[in-house]
Amino acid sequence: MNQSSTRAPRQSGSEPEGTGKFKESVGTRHGYDRFFAVLVFLATMLGLVVLAVLLVDVVVDGIPRILQDPVGFFTNFPSSTPENAGIYPALLGSLWLLGLTALFSVPLGIGAAVYLEEYATDNWLTRLVEVNISNLAGVPSIIYGLLGLGIFVNLLGPITGGKSLLSGALTLALLILPVIIIATREALRSIPKAVREGGYALGATRWEVIRAHLLPMALPGAITGTILALSRAIGETAPLIVVGAATYISFAPSGPLSGYTALPIQVYSWVSQAQADFKIGLTAAGIVVLMAVLLLANSAAIWLRNRTQRQS
Amino acid sequence: MDSEKTRIREGRRVGAPDNRYDVRQKAGGPSSNAGGSPVLGMKIENLSAFYGSFKAVTDVSMDIQANKVTALIGPSGCGKSTYIRCLNRMHEVIPSARAEGCVMLGDQDIYAKNTDPVNIRRRIGMVFQKPNPFSKSIYENVAWGARINGYRGDMDELVERSLRQAALWDEVKDRLKQSGYGLSGGQQQRLCIARTLAVEPEVILMDEPASALDPVSTQKIEDTMADLKQRYTVVIVTHNMQQAARISDFTGFFYIENMGDPGRLWEFDETEKMFSNPDRRETEDYVTGRFG
Repeated sequence: MNQSSTRAPRQSGSEPEGTGKFKESVGTRHGYDRFFAVLVFLATMLGLVVLAVLLVDVVVDGIPRILQDPVGFFTNFPSSTPENAGIYPALLGSLWLLGLTALFSVPLGIGAAVYLEEYATDNWLTRLVEVNISNLAGVPSIIYGLLGLGIFVNLLGPITGGKSLLSGALTLALLILPVIIIATREALRSIPKAVREGGYALGATRWEVIRAHLLPMALPGAITGTILALSRAIGETAPLIVVGAATYISFAPSGPLSGYTALPIQVYSWVSQAQADFKIGLTAAGIVVLMAVLLLANSAAIWLRNRTQRQS
Repeated sequence: MDSEKTRIREGRRVGAPDNRYDVRQKAGGPSSNAGGSPVLGMKIENLSAFYGSFKAVTDVSMDIQANKVTALIGPSGCGKSTYIRCLNRMHEVIPSARAEGCVMLGDQDIYAKNTDPVNIRRRIGMVFQKPNPFSKSIYENVAWGARINGYRGDMDELVERSLRQAALWDEVKDRLKQSGYGLSGGQQQRLCIARTLAVEPEVILMDEPASALDPVSTQKIEDTMADLKQRYTVVIVTHNMQQAARISDFTGFFYIENMGDPGRLWEFDETEKMFSNPDRRETEDYVTGRFG
């Protein structure tokens, strides 16, 4: 705009002198570049190799045990004889937990995120809540177990049925709520202000803008966060032990108020047995099933995310 | 902030161009000038705008004539955009931002306690600097605003009419179901204009609508504006002096004399006079390109 300020000072007739001030050879810089590339490649590989070794080990131990009696393993109850032991109640318990936890945590988490990001005014109270949510995401899961024991099992026992699936799912929901809130807020925050302004300028209320534009745009991000959080929940052992998941169970859960066990608890129970058949074969088979459940849940969520992305 | 609460006791709907919108918007009795000209002008008195404790614009008074194009020009950072956002209560959407003073649409005070900003923003539409279509189909982009405002007429007809007015219909009529994001920048901006027209506002505010566009698209938008003024009151912020001279009837020059002062309306007059024989030296220097 200002003509005089854009006119850079220019040296006349001294072009060669200018180029001589830079180092012609860039070989050393390319050397550093390659060195760094190798370094980050190694960092990636180190993690992957350890993970692959673990997976292969588990699969090698576990798959033969499952194939030995494929139907029985999935339909039998735990047993004192390794050959007859099955994973049926634990698998069902974990699926129940997954569903109930998602049912409680997703609406609450997304709701809280929408409030904090779109409605709450910036004052000391909301800032306090924000800091606390970030901290809550880092609290060890056993602490949530103790909280669940105190509130859902004991205090609300008459409603939740004490050591029930409901108590377990509510505890896990609390555990992953902060992660869902944070992921959803990030997704909402990344939506340009122009989208909100475009809506308001047409005479839309905040809710109309949230409903029609912000939620659909934030959903892929929110679902990704929820996937990660639910994956964590389904693998949790410590809080479930505290809120009373049974380690030995001879019935399948029949509803939210039923007693239960879960896959990681079953694995933990088998690995602590003295007999090698329990310790190696069954444990590995249990882990394989747990991972399969996780992968299936994740694929379903990713499919859901891609679908919402295409729509928006 | 308490728009939902005030919604039920909102002010009169003055000079409604038609009565196809939700009855809530007409609560408070019949229009005061029903049957008269549907297009309203605006009257601004002593308007100041703040961001927190920072005063960005001070003491602006201006009459915006109905069925005319009013251009706002001036150097960057002198409060034009802030000011135009005060005219449909979009300024207060920014946290801690507020405005003082009086803004009248016809004979309704848009900052009155019982005036609902949600209703005001439908009646005073806005087109932004950067095209901001919704991530929906072209059809939905236009229809959404009308639908949430309770439009009860033929939606297909409204969408076509709005797109035609924005000179976009011929380019998109075969792909109404496709995403608005697939359009070029100039088409997106005309889509935003169409979306604004679809809620049948009385005034259209445009904040540098062509600044991100190529000359051909700019030309199309300018042509559109010439048509719009037949039916609407238009206010446009522009950095392009030729554009202001070409399309506007009135021009306001915003200026900051000393760094750190709030922006002021330095001079306001008919465009012809502003560009040929302005009263103040700064205006002349600016319109002749001597600074800015």
